[in-house]
Amino acid sequence: MITSIIFYTLAAVIAVFSVLAVTSQRLIRSATFLLFVLLGAAGLYVLLGYYYLFAVQTVVYAGGIMVLFIFAILLTHKPSEKIAKEPLKKRFLALFLSFVGIAFCGGIIVSSVKRISLLASSESLSPQALGLTLMGTDKYQYLLPFELISVLLLACIVGAIMIARKR
Amino acid sequence: MITKIIEFIENFLSSGVPMSAYLIVGLIMFFAGVYGFVTRKNLIMVLISIELILNAADLNFAVFNRYLYPEQTEGFFFTLFAIAVSACEAAVAIAIIINIYRNLNNIDVEKLETLKEPDETYREIIRS
Repeated sequence: MITSIIFYTLAAVIAVFSVLAVTSQRLIRSATFLLFVLLGAAGLYVLLGYYYLFAVQTVVYAGGIMVLFIFAILLTHKPSEKIAKEPLKKRFLALFLSFVGIAFCGGIIVSSVKRISLLASSESLSPQALGLTLMGTDKYQYLLPFELISVLLLACIVGAIMIARKR
Repeated sequence: MITKIIEFIENFLSSGVPMSAYLIVGLIMFFAGVYGFVTRKNLIMVLISIELILNAADLNFAVFNRYLYPEQTEGFFFTLFAIAVSACEAAVAIAIIINIYRNLNNIDVEKLETLKEPDETYREIIRS
């Protein structure tokens, strides 16, 4: 009961703010709406029982990427500046495209996924199991992707500094 | 009449959250992102739309994992790695955007015609 209420509240928040985030005329507001969407998604991870994903989503997205976004917006725009509206024809085309996509995929989801309705009760992933899975080399264990991500992050840091530094 | 509505809502809420509800949340997020990606001309807005799309995909991975294979962890780890990759992508994209702004004084998609760093004479033409 209470889970359902929380879920539908979060779903409404995500739906409304994700639409507002892409239609707002002020960049800083768009970034704020995006923050609400990301926090709502983090809430959904809690409802699913993935507490670690909730922590990662909050720290990496809400803490890291949003700060980057706000830096970028303030470095390239005046905070009070409005962006000009896009041409009406283009917006209608995109709106049409989105609604066709939503109708198509929504039809598939409603008609074929309906049967699975209840969350199977299983205890959430323990930190110990998570660490062992992340560090193991057997089947269904993820040492290699983990190391690859670390190399990718290093390459990203070097690349970002190379691109953004003053000459 | 009103009691019937209340009863209906109570039944609806107490029957648990179906998997399709989660998928539809992801769907709305995804197509909001697609709409923004197609219409907006500001580079930062395009990046915000991409984040929405990626986030919808992440959510779907977690939902499929949790509902269909609750004893396994593939979707969970895929989401974990996807979040890390999207953080990388945002950092590099913002570095590129700031560099473009520094060189061309503009981050409008339609007005970007050169990827190369402009030389001094070209820069003077843009600034004037």
